[in-house]
Amino acid sequence: MKLLLKLAAKNLYGAGRRTWLNVIVLSFSFLVIIWHKGLLNGWDRQARNDMVNWEVGAGQYWQSSYDPYDPFSLTDAHSNIPSSFDTLLTKGEVAPVLITEGTIYPGGRIQSILIKGISSDQKVLKLPTEKFQKNDDEIPALIGSKMASDNGLKTGDEITIRWRDTHGTFDANELKVIGIFTTNVPTVDAGQVWIPLDRLQKMMGMPGEATILICGNTSEANLKPEGWKFKSSEELLKSVTDLIKMKSVGGIVLYVILMSLAMLAIFDTQVLSIFRRQKEIGTYIALGMTRSQVVGLFTLEGSLNSVLAGLLAAVYGIPLLAMQASRGLSFAGASKDYGLVLADRIFPVYSLGLVATTIIIILITTTIVSYLPSRKIAKMKPTEALRGKLQ
Amino acid sequence: MENSTLISIEALKKIFPTSGGKFTALNGINLTIGKAEFTGVVGPSGSGKTTLLNIIGSLDTPSEGRAVVLGQSISDLNVKQAALLRRSKLGFIFQSYNLLPVYTVFENVEFPLLLLKLDESQRKKMVLESLEWLGLTDKIKSKPAQLSGGECQRVAIARAMVKKPEIVLADEPTANLDAANSHNILKTMVQLNNELKTTFVFATHDDKVISYLKRKISLIDGKVLKDEIIKN
Repeated sequence: MKLLLKLAAKNLYGAGRRTWLNVIVLSFSFLVIIWHKGLLNGWDRQARNDMVNWEVGAGQYWQSSYDPYDPFSLTDAHSNIPSSFDTLLTKGEVAPVLITEGTIYPGGRIQSILIKGISSDQKVLKLPTEKFQKNDDEIPALIGSKMASDNGLKTGDEITIRWRDTHGTFDANELKVIGIFTTNVPTVDAGQVWIPLDRLQKMMGMPGEATILICGNTSEANLKPEGWKFKSSEELLKSVTDLIKMKSVGGIVLYVILMSLAMLAIFDTQVLSIFRRQKEIGTYIALGMTRSQVVGLFTLEGSLNSVLAGLLAAVYGIPLLAMQASRGLSFAGASKDYGLVLADRIFPVYSLGLVATTIIIILITTTIVSYLPSRKIAKMKPTEALRGKLQ
Repeated sequence: MENSTLISIEALKKIFPTSGGKFTALNGINLTIGKAEFTGVVGPSGSGKTTLLNIIGSLDTPSEGRAVVLGQSISDLNVKQAALLRRSKLGFIFQSYNLLPVYTVFENVEFPLLLLKLDESQRKKMVLESLEWLGLTDKIKSKPAQLSGGECQRVAIARAMVKKPEIVLADEPTANLDAANSHNILKTMVQLNNELKTTFVFATHDDKVISYLKRKISLIDGKVLKDEIIKN
């Protein structure tokens, strides 16, 4: 094996430009695959963090009638906050949220919204609810930057809000935008107005009630109050996990195209090598190599392309990927319109597992692609090969 | 001719299938070749010289009859055994040198020793010794493309001789060389034959080679026409 490795390395080096072309194409594939996977990993990590920080918390209790996909369920989806949460509420370690439908009229237009009442002293979500504490307005409201830009709203603006209380009676008032927050989580931004919980409870005639309770700690999952169902953070993040999984599957198409290009180059080189180097193959056999050794030599030559490609990719790829991991990749401008949890800047995450898996997959694929044409050598007659006669 | 027989051939036939039927390249060859012989199989093109050499060199197998080389029947050898025989006991010299193009002169000559798994210092010593015999010490780092035809063939001889094989099979070794180079090469081979007692078997129709032979086996249409000892 050591001998074959030495010979293969020498032959590969001797092949000159042909080798370098293959190695460059292959190293590019290496890099793009790792980069793309790293980008998805980075997106996954950021999206999960953002969702936990802005929406999901460590899990949620849902009032048993609550169904986020059925707006009609909101009419019944409210109950008194269980007393077992009293201490946690005082400490701000649970964020109760009351949700109802409403309408605002920005710039003379009508816009359906979700009105969400949240306790001002909560410490679970990143929403700047502390702003409610210093405010004496009738209905102080926080909105996200997308909601603000979609409706042409800015801090200090007052708009009419209409809602329907627990008795089914429509009511309306002026709300004042006291703050605009920026988040990557569209589900807390688009079409949402956040107001103080006690204010919404009063508006709805639902004192002490909430629709969901957002937990700050996973240990709160054990409380299990009656009439409330617990949703773990994993369940709540499933949509993001599924989306990224789907994107990863889509990425396979890219890998297949890149790998096909690289493998085609190697396959072509191997076929050409075997065609052009028949005399050499005959000489190896005449000098005492077995056919299987020669097959091994040519296969090794092919697979060494991927080793060299790995080294080359490391030379220009490590600084490139490291720079991208520290500076991130900008999605500014487009990210807000995607409706996905997508930060303005994504920081790719490259794990050792990702790099090792990519290297192993490419190495195995290259070896198979190198072996396939090399099998022809086993069928060659050495006497014909020595004369360089086509077989 | 010395007593110990290295090559023994009995009723050897080699038949190749062709599109129109079959072609008999060797048709009942009987001969023996002993140690330290300097023998040539001579004859016109298509007479079966190269086929005979290929069978002796275990690169091909007989269709009928027996070819025993260094005590081993070529027909009975499997692929690995045949490779081992070539690797350890036989040396080949080809008409078109068949040097490995990406290797230097040193590496080309070293190659058979690598297959024998000799250690580096031993390899180096043997390669340098071999290159010295052939007067190639100044070309150690050259690649085949940088050498003349004569130099290439000398490298090929060095490669064939470096492991001190029992038999060297040379197929038209001077066909691509001019007269001066041919004589140089042949003188070297005669010297190696005398000093190392290596058996040389040539396939040739070159008169220059024939003039150096100690035994001439004339082949016509796959049959031995004449087998004569040449006394110089």
